[in-house]
Amino acid sequence: MTTDTLVPFAEALERYEPVIGLETHVELGTRTKMFCGCTTTFGAEPNSQVCPVCLGLPGSLPVVNGTAIEYTIRIGLALNCTIATWCRFARKNYFYPDMPKNFQISQYDEPLCIDGWLDVPVGGQLVRVGIERVHLEEDTGKSLHVGGVTGRIHGAEYSLVDYNRAGIPLVEIVTKPIAGTGAAAPDVARAYVTELRGLVRALGVSDVRMEEGSLRSDVNTSLSPRGSGRWGTRTETKNVNSLRSVERAVRFEIERQAAVLDAGGRVIQETRHFHEDSGTTTSGRSKEEAQDYRYFPEPDLVPVAPPADWVAQIRAALPEAPSARRARLQAEWDLSALDMAALSNAGALDLVAETVAAGASPADARKWWLGELARQANEMGLELKDLSITPAQVARIAELVASGALNDHLAREVIEGVLAGEGDPDQVVAARGLVVVSDEGALNAAIDDAIAANPEAAAKVREGKVAAVGPLIGAVMKATGNQADAARVRQLILDRLS
Amino acid sequence: MTAAELSAALAGGEVSATEVTRAHLDRIGAVDDRVHAFLHVAADSAMAQAADVDRRRARGEPLGPLGGVPVAVKDVFTTIGMPTTCGSRILEGWHPPYDATITRRLKQAGAIIIGKTNMDEFAMGSSTENSAFGPSRNPWDLDKVPGGSSGGSAAAVAAYEAPLAIGTDTGGSIRQPAAVCGIVGTKPTYGGNSRYGVVAFASSLDTPGPLGRTVLDAALLHEAISGHDPCDSTSIDAPVPPVVAAAREADVSGMRIGVVTELSGEGYQPGVLSRFAEAVELLESLGAKVTEVSCPHFRYALPAYYLIAPSECSSNLARFDAMRYGLRTGDDGTRDAEEVMALTREAGFGAEVKRRIILGTYALSSGYYDAYYGKAQQVRTLIIRDFDAAFGQVDVLVSPSTPTTAFGIGERADDPMAMYLADLCTIPSDLAGNAAISVPCGLAPENGLPAGLQVMAPVLADDRLYRVAAAAEAAFTGRWGHPLLSEAKGLPEKGGTA
Repeated sequence: MTTDTLVPFAEALERYEPVIGLETHVELGTRTKMFCGCTTTFGAEPNSQVCPVCLGLPGSLPVVNGTAIEYTIRIGLALNCTIATWCRFARKNYFYPDMPKNFQISQYDEPLCIDGWLDVPVGGQLVRVGIERVHLEEDTGKSLHVGGVTGRIHGAEYSLVDYNRAGIPLVEIVTKPIAGTGAAAPDVARAYVTELRGLVRALGVSDVRMEEGSLRSDVNTSLSPRGSGRWGTRTETKNVNSLRSVERAVRFEIERQAAVLDAGGRVIQETRHFHEDSGTTTSGRSKEEAQDYRYFPEPDLVPVAPPADWVAQIRAALPEAPSARRARLQAEWDLSALDMAALSNAGALDLVAETVAAGASPADARKWWLGELARQANEMGLELKDLSITPAQVARIAELVASGALNDHLAREVIEGVLAGEGDPDQVVAARGLVVVSDEGALNAAIDDAIAANPEAAAKVREGKVAAVGPLIGAVMKATGNQADAARVRQLILDRLS
Repeated sequence: MTAAELSAALAGGEVSATEVTRAHLDRIGAVDDRVHAFLHVAADSAMAQAADVDRRRARGEPLGPLGGVPVAVKDVFTTIGMPTTCGSRILEGWHPPYDATITRRLKQAGAIIIGKTNMDEFAMGSSTENSAFGPSRNPWDLDKVPGGSSGGSAAAVAAYEAPLAIGTDTGGSIRQPAAVCGIVGTKPTYGGNSRYGVVAFASSLDTPGPLGRTVLDAALLHEAISGHDPCDSTSIDAPVPPVVAAAREADVSGMRIGVVTELSGEGYQPGVLSRFAEAVELLESLGAKVTEVSCPHFRYALPAYYLIAPSECSSNLARFDAMRYGLRTGDDGTRDAEEVMALTREAGFGAEVKRRIILGTYALSSGYYDAYYGKAQQVRTLIIRDFDAAFGQVDVLVSPSTPTTAFGIGERADDPMAMYLADLCTIPSDLAGNAAISVPCGLAPENGLPAGLQVMAPVLADDRLYRVAAAAEAAFTGRWGHPLLSEAKGLPEKGGTA
């Protein structure tokens, strides 16, 4: 494998303006397949979820899954698209062993949804990404090429095909070209897929798990020489299976294409494969010698004409979009755009919202998730959502602090206990005996001792230097084994020395 | 005995299904080495089915009119427990794991599936000479073809090997063999009969239908297999037209009948035209009002058909790739999947199938699509409009069923154009999707071979076909003093119950 020459990213941006585009496939979470009654459970025994239709046996015929149409319309509406009043499926003809019929039922020039947009938050700003089309098609089977080095069909000793995936409804969402984002292009690509994933998940039409392949993005990248006013030749990078990879793939292609253009070469229009390990792309088949798919309207299916009142019903039942929800929560919680972005980036938005819903104040919920819990997650190498503590438990801890039953120090101990599997916050409190000392007699005795032991500090406070109260509070807290309410201790000392 | 007479005898207990089936199997044993109507004789399962029907009748279970009546099924319908080859090497030995909807309906009706009949490979042809398993022969003259592609079905019925048979009509594949074998064959309205389990040739044209020795027999089979099927998206959800009642009424008085100007003249055999003219006079004498009607775009039907049908076939036949079922050639461990696919298709498909795959692949190619497939679809629309205009003036249209009587085996085998012309009269109804029937109208004086009268009716007005055909049949039989088929001299006299 030859190593590509690269131009450093910042330098590439000086001379070229990147234009990107994304084609995202989403496997719909319908109970049955696109054109037959087979179930769609992920991970089932190979070739156990098949029938004459999805195996493409001679004589079998497809029948459209109405739920898949409804889900696609949901996505189209959420992406502000126009829903076609009449559209058709088409056959995309090409030979491949994991294609049971050697054609894929897809949509060509008559997609179900066209011309929409999605606002994507990038660094506290919104970037509007145009949506070209949203169409519906069937997934192919899955090939496993055994033997050989590349894991691809060429050079393999033999190949196995699992047709469980064949015929699962697949929605393809195609953006319009995204230009003018400059150095932010890789971030925009990543933010778009992130936002789209959140939107599709909120719509309840797919589990959008990139690691299981139920959301897959192809990334198109081209470079336009600055000031030239003309767009360059694009490459299409496939196999981009994580959010981070989306960003890296764009970055790599910008650096690689800049080097090609700098050397006076020409970018070849081709499919490129992304490699997770190295963050690089390599050439796949060239589109210039690409196959002719010989699209024509699928004669085995009748046109789809969604009635206007049905579309209106679907629109009325759409759940709140993540962007709208973010805007609402930002207002409700009185946060800046950057605070909000920080919450999203930390993956804490849903957790905070659920904690607030369980009774905590927005400020407390943010404080615990972005503070102590983020620290714990970081230490354990986990995502926040994977911590073994629930938003309801966090809300209970915040409640105990607010009522004065715990102080912050004790609350952190409770969190430790919950994460260690010692049970609910109340169980941890009881088992570990974590109670704020509120016995006035004991506290007053400790305060007397502290004043006696720190005469200088006490004198300063008496003179009105309130800031000098710190060492006194510290001594009291130490004497009570950190189980006193620090704010109350402070007040009692100040009262005494006034 | 006709199927209707057999049905009455079975219902009255004069004969058992076992006896009837045995008799037909004996007849097949006696003559099929010469006729070669069958690719598979299902002796054991037919006898078992017959015994079951006899038991059910003995228990007093209600059986439809076809209970115990043998039916031969074209080898393009999937059948559990029997091979389905479509007359092709590429499917030799394939046992489908599911029944076509029509197979299932026949079984439910108590019809005895006596075997699978020969056909042009994948229904492409007009003589059965394109069968990979050798041609069938015309019972009128064993040196002549029985027509095609449902030639095996027509020959089986004409040779008394089965009282009824199922065929499929894509460009005339039921009506043309029925005409040249002197029997009745119907192409029902497209969508009236399910295509589920019919191995596709051209999806937008393929129409299953009945063949029988009398109009009433064809109507009985028509009614038994028709009706909406949720497994076929192009199946029409409407009541089955009352074809049996219409065949019994056989009354054309007051009906408006249009003679299609464009379906006569040059290229038509004189004896075919004279028998057709007699048939028209006969219908007029029975009280029909006959006028001449022009359908100016019918002249473009043949070229349009030879773009649309090959285009669809090129896609439909892509699935025969050696990967999942059927023939596999060249898989010796040294070749990759692509080579095995190519070698298998090279070895498995006959010349005519390859010719049409190549034609269709070309017609659908990018840059040619509009000029070929697109234009052909426009012609199709014009032909539909011709029919609409004609049916605004008349109730049915009539023409000869074929331009000539049966031609000799080998006579047109090397001349595809001459072969294609056999479907000149039948193709317009396939393109428009309306109903049409062929009924015998006498023997051409020059060679003593049968000629057919074609009756065409609007979509879902299939009953009109039977009304007109039955009236003509009754009047002709009265004039001849016996059924036409009794003049067939190609075979020894039929014996036994048949």
